[in-house]
Amino acid sequence: MSLQEHAFADVADVRERLRATGYLADEAIATTVFLADRLRKPLLVEGPAGVGKTELAKALATSVGAELIRLQCYEGLDEARALYEWNYKKQLLRIQSGSGDGGAEGWQQAHDDIFSEEFLLSRPLLTAIRREEPTVLLIDETDKADVEVEGLLLEVLSDFQVTIPELGTITATRRPFVILTSNATRELSEALKRRCLYLNLDYPSAEREKEIVLSRVPDLPEKHAESLVRIVRALRAMELKKAPSIAETIDWAQTVLALGFDTFDEAAVASTLGVVLKHASDQARAIGHLKLTAN
Amino acid sequence: MNLLDRTVEFTAALRRAGVPVSSAETVDAARAIGALGWANRDAVRASFAATLCKRPVYRPAFDTLFDLYFPPRIGDGVSLDDLADDPSATGDGASADGEPDPGDLTPEELEALRQALRDQLLDALRDGDDEALRQLARQAVSAFGSARGSAGRSWFLYRVLRAMSAETLISDLLSALLGDSERGGLAERAARQTITDRIREFEELVGAEVRRRMAEERGIEAVERSAVKPLSDQVEFLRASQRDLVELRRQVYPLARRLATRLTARRRLGRTGRLDFRRTVRASLATGGVPVDTKHRPHKPHKPELVVLCDVSGSVSSFAHFTLMLTHALREQFAKVRAFAFIDTTDEVTRYLRGLDLGDMMARISGEADLVWFDGHSDYGHAIEVFAEKYPEAVGPKTSLLILGDARNNYRPTSAAVFRRLCAQARHSYWLNPEPRSYWGSGDSATDVYAELVDEMVECRNIDQLQVFIERLLPS
Repeated sequence: MSLQEHAFADVADVRERLRATGYLADEAIATTVFLADRLRKPLLVEGPAGVGKTELAKALATSVGAELIRLQCYEGLDEARALYEWNYKKQLLRIQSGSGDGGAEGWQQAHDDIFSEEFLLSRPLLTAIRREEPTVLLIDETDKADVEVEGLLLEVLSDFQVTIPELGTITATRRPFVILTSNATRELSEALKRRCLYLNLDYPSAEREKEIVLSRVPDLPEKHAESLVRIVRALRAMELKKAPSIAETIDWAQTVLALGFDTFDEAAVASTLGVVLKHASDQARAIGHLKLTAN
Repeated sequence: MNLLDRTVEFTAALRRAGVPVSSAETVDAARAIGALGWANRDAVRASFAATLCKRPVYRPAFDTLFDLYFPPRIGDGVSLDDLADDPSATGDGASADGEPDPGDLTPEELEALRQALRDQLLDALRDGDDEALRQLARQAVSAFGSARGSAGRSWFLYRVLRAMSAETLISDLLSALLGDSERGGLAERAARQTITDRIREFEELVGAEVRRRMAEERGIEAVERSAVKPLSDQVEFLRASQRDLVELRRQVYPLARRLATRLTARRRLGRTGRLDFRRTVRASLATGGVPVDTKHRPHKPHKPELVVLCDVSGSVSSFAHFTLMLTHALREQFAKVRAFAFIDTTDEVTRYLRGLDLGDMMARISGEADLVWFDGHSDYGHAIEVFAEKYPEAVGPKTSLLILGDARNNYRPTSAAVFRRLCAQARHSYWLNPEPRSYWGSGDSATDVYAELVDEMVECRNIDQLQVFIERLLPS
């Protein structure tokens, strides 16, 4: 494996460059990203939905000028979808078109041909390993994939090489920066976690959330942003089925702006509550708790 | 002791607290420090967290131990800058006494100091200034936290919190944050949350500071045992504090989702059912009529009917509450869930499970359901009789009967005969007991009688054990 130079100079550099892409990282995020870069380890980001896990990977790719390659995990994801696959239809065509020549030599030729680059369908993992330019490999929602996929990832992420029986072993010339995300719907295996650096992304502090809202919805008056964030935090403190995420806070800010409320009062909150709370029982609870129907 | 030894000791302490740390991870932590250096304490914390602490449940224990093993300061915490300002302060490390010993102050001076600190606290809480809060926590602990006993100095969290009594500042803080015009409205209710969050943060800082001072006085190991709270899936239901319970209830939905995912995964991996002829022929067309892949019908998962009979008397209600919420959240995994609650008589409470607001479920059950017949002390015998009499159809051959309770019967009759009949009718019967196994049968516990009648009596003291049981209950 060749050693390319590190992408970031220090922690402050990480923060600066992420900020330039519009991602406001706190100290823990910046430090962990810096370490992942220095130690060349995959970074496992875990946290509730909508706190900016995928966003972090995108911002990272932009900030170091790398291309983002994304492997979206789902139930039933297998090697053929994650790593590589032979394009058997094309192989079939090649055999059929060549069968007219006949003879042993023709077969030998065809055999060598159909297991060459041309017939290989490269899937995200292999693509990321073979790329020679800077790459950020995002393995999204790892917890959705089956346990066997974790085994596959272990192999790929520890050595950054893939063995294709017909072609030989392909080793990364330039290690991609790997980010795995997980919603923690199931525990990932200890073995996978051990190989990764771990970052638990949670809801941000009030100040940071306000900053995020203001940077994403710059037209929103600061006073509104502040009361909005306070209400969202009050909502999160309740026992809800699904607490509002950052993404939903931003949606809410945009809604408030689009509807042009002058004051952010009971009526305004009650009429737009559907933007942040998406269970009927959660809404009922919030209305009761914040006494939204009082006036 | 150098910092590397300290790090190794820290990982050992993590392991003692139940956080699994492999030696490869310890090496990673050391490499991380190699890349970052020791200069910035927050960066050190972040890099240890990234390499050593890989589940959110471990985080509280990690933070507590980190503060103990890598304290931000020693003694009264006078940094070199402060020393330069104050030439009278002498000494270094643990013997440094930057502030006057509280023992030397007159009550009036002490009261003045208290007032001054409280004013500063008001400002810090209003602005959300973390650095100032940390500073104040340190000063408050130095001023009010210590007492000299026979065994040297001791430090008390409670004294500091009482002296500062941050809760009494809430009203002033609300005025300061909102201005009088907005008082009483929605803005106030939202701001209240912000303030309680900050006060809790301050209290935690004080707690950390007290532990740090104790650790200096008594040694880290002595403090470590009491300081590190059990991991949240190990918290015992019967000993959980109010705050623990809120935390437990928050975990119901994620836990139910995790259990459900794991169960579906297991079902999918299990044997498949009978051959699906139509789909097999359909698929064979792609391979020229040769059935290369056979298709099978999925197994119909066996879904048990669940009847939960739970003791909701004061002592075990938090356990019953949690378990009811969890079974309700998992209701899709069961064919039918019916719940009955009792104290000394029984009533059906299934309707409360369907309510919108599970958080208030227990209050409504105890408020509205008919649970008390005689004196409101647990009476398992009578409750079981009433259950068998009023709901004879509830327990059938497909039912899994689940009894939740500690079987502390106040020395009353057990109705063993009726209970034997119920267990015989049910497909399975389990008794979940939140008491430790070693207490079973002691005092007024009727565990011995019931344990023989049910299929199994299971010790269920924490989420971990409950999770294991529920997975077993639901067959793949």
